[in-house]
Amino acid sequence: MKAHSPTRWRFKRPSVIPGFGMALGLTLTWLTLLILIPLSGLAVRSSALGWEKFWSIALDQRTLNALRISFGTAFIAAIVNAVFGIILAWVLVRYRFPGKRVIDAMVDLPFALPTAVAGIALATLYAPNGWIGQFLTPLGIKIAFTPAGIVVALIFVGLPFVVRTVQPIMEEIDKEVEEAAATLGANRFQTIFRVLLPGLAPAVLTGFALAFARGVGEYGSVIFIAGNLPFKSEIAPLLIVIKLEEYNYAAATAIAAIMLILSFTMLLVINLIQSWSRRRYGYGA
Amino acid sequence: MQTQRFTRLLAAAVMAGSFAIGSIAPAFADQTLLNVSYDPTRELYKDFNAAFAAKWQKDSGETVTIQASHGGSGAQARSVIDGLDADVVTLALEGDIDAIAKATGKIPADWKTKFPNNSTPYTSTIVFLVRKGNPKGIKDWGDLVKDDVQVITPNPKTSGGARWNFLAAWAWAKQANGGDEAKAQDYVGKLLQHVPVLDTGARGATTTFVQRGLGDVLLAWENEAYLSLEELGPDQFEIVTPSFSIRADPPIAIVDGNVDKKGTRKVAEAYLNYLYSDEGQKIAAKHYYRPIKPEAADPADIARFPKLTLATIDDFGGWKSAQPKFFGDGGVFDQIYKPAQ
Repeated sequence: MKAHSPTRWRFKRPSVIPGFGMALGLTLTWLTLLILIPLSGLAVRSSALGWEKFWSIALDQRTLNALRISFGTAFIAAIVNAVFGIILAWVLVRYRFPGKRVIDAMVDLPFALPTAVAGIALATLYAPNGWIGQFLTPLGIKIAFTPAGIVVALIFVGLPFVVRTVQPIMEEIDKEVEEAAATLGANRFQTIFRVLLPGLAPAVLTGFALAFARGVGEYGSVIFIAGNLPFKSEIAPLLIVIKLEEYNYAAATAIAAIMLILSFTMLLVINLIQSWSRRRYGYGA
Repeated sequence: MQTQRFTRLLAAAVMAGSFAIGSIAPAFADQTLLNVSYDPTRELYKDFNAAFAAKWQKDSGETVTIQASHGGSGAQARSVIDGLDADVVTLALEGDIDAIAKATGKIPADWKTKFPNNSTPYTSTIVFLVRKGNPKGIKDWGDLVKDDVQVITPNPKTSGGARWNFLAAWAWAKQANGGDEAKAQDYVGKLLQHVPVLDTGARGATTTFVQRGLGDVLLAWENEAYLSLEELGPDQFEIVTPSFSIRADPPIAIVDGNVDKKGTRKVAEAYLNYLYSDEGQKIAAKHYYRPIKPEAADPADIARFPKLTLATIDDFGGWKSAQPKFFGDGGVFDQIYKPAQ
């Protein structure tokens, strides 16, 4: 996160630290093999369609709905994760209490669990006859097999991202900063919103972006709880699978390419906001 | 291309995974067969593989290890296309085997003629599973579109079983309306509005109905319905056989390209032929598949199958015309799917 050359666009001057050439070469090769080649394969495959066909798939009502559901639910889930992730990280960083280590370890569980398992477990819990669902159903709240169920699944899989990106930054904030704020007459509210949060903003944004990106691409946990009804709760990754089931590889890659472009654009925007806020407020900038 | 190599790698990983789960045989076998099948045949092939291995040992003295890979029929076909080294495929739909034949050339185009009965050793049909006592009074297809009935079926886009469900409903409605296609389409469209969840596969739909308690009726493979009944106790569900349904033909084929490479043709052929033997037919009937030679099976097993009128896929002009017409991109399913608001 450090080691940014001060805001100007230029290559680094030769450094006393050796190995730049080799490290960059390795980086580029590695990135090319793992990311660029597979992704350009995607582009090549979908280009076989031609623009007209590509657009007709992209602008198909069903595709649009699926994309809206995927990006919409991922966005909501990422926001929820951002809010509760900050609170979780705060508790873990600032307080000592019995069982803290256990809770700390629990945060990572969604990383380790196969997402399909999470999906099945959540669907079982929130189904109308599930442990939680049976109490919600009489209230007229339906979670499983609606877009709300997708949000629940995405909150689950995205939880560790915010906590784990915010936590180290939070640990760096000196208590004195808050004490200084207090001595200068800030109330608790002001301390949180004017002193603490601005400094955490870049990390929170990173966590948000990661949780969001994960949510957009999530498949396993979602299809079990979504209900998968076209136009209603059908996510874009499922639509890709459906196209594959039809042996329609070109259409599948086209939807994948659209998701890729959208995701990349959004991540880029989030990155720009993030670097702006890091320059403006950030710790370790 | 790199992506293809990657998929192949992935397929290999998947295969390794299914080996780990699917095989219970000794570590060093003389021959190894990989049967790539669809979801609800797990129990059938577990039994059948053991029987065949014993027979092969007795007849030829060789030990044969049979590995079984199960999953959604279309996904399984895709794995084979992407390089999964299947010796034989036993899938839910003709179209899936056709897809392998077309994409890889590893299966000859006339594969259907290689084994008896259009390469279909057993058939099944589509029946209803309802909750005990049949509280909604569901007797036949017409009852499925009554106001308060919820129907569970998987997504025909991703599930072979769901396509049979769809066509069974269509065939019933067409026949009930004196062959009127428009009315059939109207009925199936209405039926889909009664579906609250579209799972991606038949097993998922069964779970939704049985475990999650969703819906009043599950459209299911007959064998799957009986299995649910057997597994979960007959005190919770009962099977309603409609007056009219469709004969579901899950076909089989040898993947020539692979058996020739691996030198397993002889055992692969014996394996599939064994499905047609009296023992094979008996095992199929035991697992609630309708054998094509009912006389070979245990009469008690055959007695479990109620008689009903069955349409066949030929009434739709075969899968070659039914698949694109109903389930292809922009096909009937896409046109009539109007989600319940």
